[in-house]
Amino acid sequence: MAKARKETETSAAATELTLVDAVGLAMARAMQEDETVILLGEDIGVDGGVFRATDGLIARFGADRVRDTPLSEAIIGGLPVGLAAMGFRPVAEIQFMGFIYPVIDQIVNHAARLRTRTRGRLTCPMVLRAPYGGGIHAPEHHSESMEAMFAHIPGLRVVIPSSPARAYGLLLAAIRDPDPVIFLEPKRIYRATREAVADNGGALPLDRCFTVLKGADVTLVSWGAMLKETLDAAEVLAGDGVDAEVIDVATLKPLDMDTILASISKTGRCVIVHEAPLTGGFGAEIAARLAGEGLMHLVAPVERVAGWDTVMPLLRLEGRYMPSPERIVAAARRVLEYA
Amino acid sequence: MSAVAAFEIHYRRTLDPDGKVDGELPPFARDRDALVALYRWMVLTRAFDAKAVALQRTGRLGTFASSIGQEAVNIGVADAMAPEDVLLPSFREHGAQLVRGVTMQEVLVYWGGDERGSDFAGPRQDFPVCIPVGTHAPHAAGAALAFKLRDEPRVAVCIFGDGATSRGDVYEAMNVAGAWTLPVVFIANNNQWAISVPRSTQTAAETLAQKAIAAGFDGLQVDGNDIIAVRQATAEALDKARAGNGPTLIEALTYRLGDHTTADDASRYRDDEEVGRHWKEEPVARLRSHLTAAHGWRKADEEALIAACAAEVESAVESYLAMPPEPPEAMFDWLYEELPAEIVRQRAAMLEQE
Repeated sequence: MAKARKETETSAAATELTLVDAVGLAMARAMQEDETVILLGEDIGVDGGVFRATDGLIARFGADRVRDTPLSEAIIGGLPVGLAAMGFRPVAEIQFMGFIYPVIDQIVNHAARLRTRTRGRLTCPMVLRAPYGGGIHAPEHHSESMEAMFAHIPGLRVVIPSSPARAYGLLLAAIRDPDPVIFLEPKRIYRATREAVADNGGALPLDRCFTVLKGADVTLVSWGAMLKETLDAAEVLAGDGVDAEVIDVATLKPLDMDTILASISKTGRCVIVHEAPLTGGFGAEIAARLAGEGLMHLVAPVERVAGWDTVMPLLRLEGRYMPSPERIVAAARRVLEYA
Repeated sequence: MSAVAAFEIHYRRTLDPDGKVDGELPPFARDRDALVALYRWMVLTRAFDAKAVALQRTGRLGTFASSIGQEAVNIGVADAMAPEDVLLPSFREHGAQLVRGVTMQEVLVYWGGDERGSDFAGPRQDFPVCIPVGTHAPHAAGAALAFKLRDEPRVAVCIFGDGATSRGDVYEAMNVAGAWTLPVVFIANNNQWAISVPRSTQTAAETLAQKAIAAGFDGLQVDGNDIIAVRQATAEALDKARAGNGPTLIEALTYRLGDHTTADDASRYRDDEEVGRHWKEEPVARLRSHLTAAHGWRKADEEALIAACAAEVESAVESYLAMPPEPPEAMFDWLYEELPAEIVRQRAAMLEQE
């Protein structure tokens, strides 16, 4: 409660926040400005969410608006469809992405197509949040990256923040968006860094990539927690005198190819980095689009550095699964070899 | 050992298969006009079903799921609802939809392969049909939560079949509705067949109604071919929900006299003798018998009604057949409130191919 009040009082001043704090701050902001915003999920109430994303929100907004659901993913994904169609803006939390699969039925068959199938009579302005990705030594089924499945579904937006400020701005935009948004939170970096975030209600666009590092020699494209490894790789490359441009895709669907193509037209080289398995990963979509629309700019094959096509290993081997800065640097050096 | 829980499932019937009153009639059912109005909806629905199947057989409609035999469930449930309530139907509830104000033309437009059929001009907040079985039950819980949070005296009414009660979604929806005391009425339209799987194979539970017990609220059975019982049970469940006393599950025992859809051939898995037996219990003749015996319904009344319904159906069919298709870009135009650039590009590319 005390914390919540403080947030309101200092709403315009920037505070150093972690990514998970920024997620919570965006939800609090959205709830404060719009009483139709309702949070639902397992353990999001008194417990504040297993990652504490909703910490303090039940005290501030009450149990009607911060609702602990039964352990029932079909409900967490499906009940918001009815709630949204009747004028609310539900923000539902799936505790870990590994438990999101029962919800896909609701997302594909209902949330993503309600507007289309009723010709706009009923709509589904819901957000489905889920922490995703590996690297925190979690139990089995807690570490997968399955964003490409959602990016394949027409009618959705798929958004992945990679920094506290982008988490705040993108989640606010997602909650205000009139259509369903899958908001995947890279839990490995929930508390990795702090960044000044002003609680000014400023949203970020949901159709734009962010160029987070300017460079002219090679384009590194990534999203989510992998931005860190990608930026680390860029630093190594800088030591070699290579200026890497780093793009945070942020919104996978709809994909902002213009920003990526503009970068490739300058660098002619591209390495795509994602934690999800290689085959059918979202990097394949970007690579295909580069082959189609960017071929004349490319001077080297597009490289993808991704998770292996394996079942996500348990914690002892997960470090060997995750793309490392070394693999990214090696891929960048390979594409730089082409004249 | 001691018993820690006990329950009973009650069964309600007002009209026996011959249309004779079995027990006491509720007040609405003593009014001739009210009964004739219900009868009219049932006759109209049956005429509509027959026509829709004929349209499919002649290539003028897509696959269609007839509701023949289940008119009492459809009409009884919808007639008990208030206009401000919300109906969440499966795909065999056009009778209920018609009572709610969806037009026959809209139903035909939908099954004829055009999304505009779900843009109901009448009940703007009713849900469209739900084809993935039982997946709409969570939406009913969500709609009900919306009503509860806004303190509106409205109820969500969700109809699904016997097969749906084997699905997790239906149980999960009932469970949360019970846990949160939501204003929902769940109707299990038990027509005995989930395509080719009979009720006996679907579950070992003695009744489908008792599935509510595990979710913490009442379940009851009604004779689903007795429109008076269906309407009365639904009205009571609606009153209970509206008064803030939570959900009810009503298992309406009926029979699918037709194929699952026009793409099905029920003779592959059930025999004519069984179907013939159920024709003796069907709901339209049952109410007609009662009207004849108790309210002087005459042959001339019947003939006039059938002619009027046929004309109404015919007029809806004419409007449906005369409706020009949507422009092809409509497939893009409702994906998002504001179309992303990529969709705008694909839309233009599709139009270029024309």
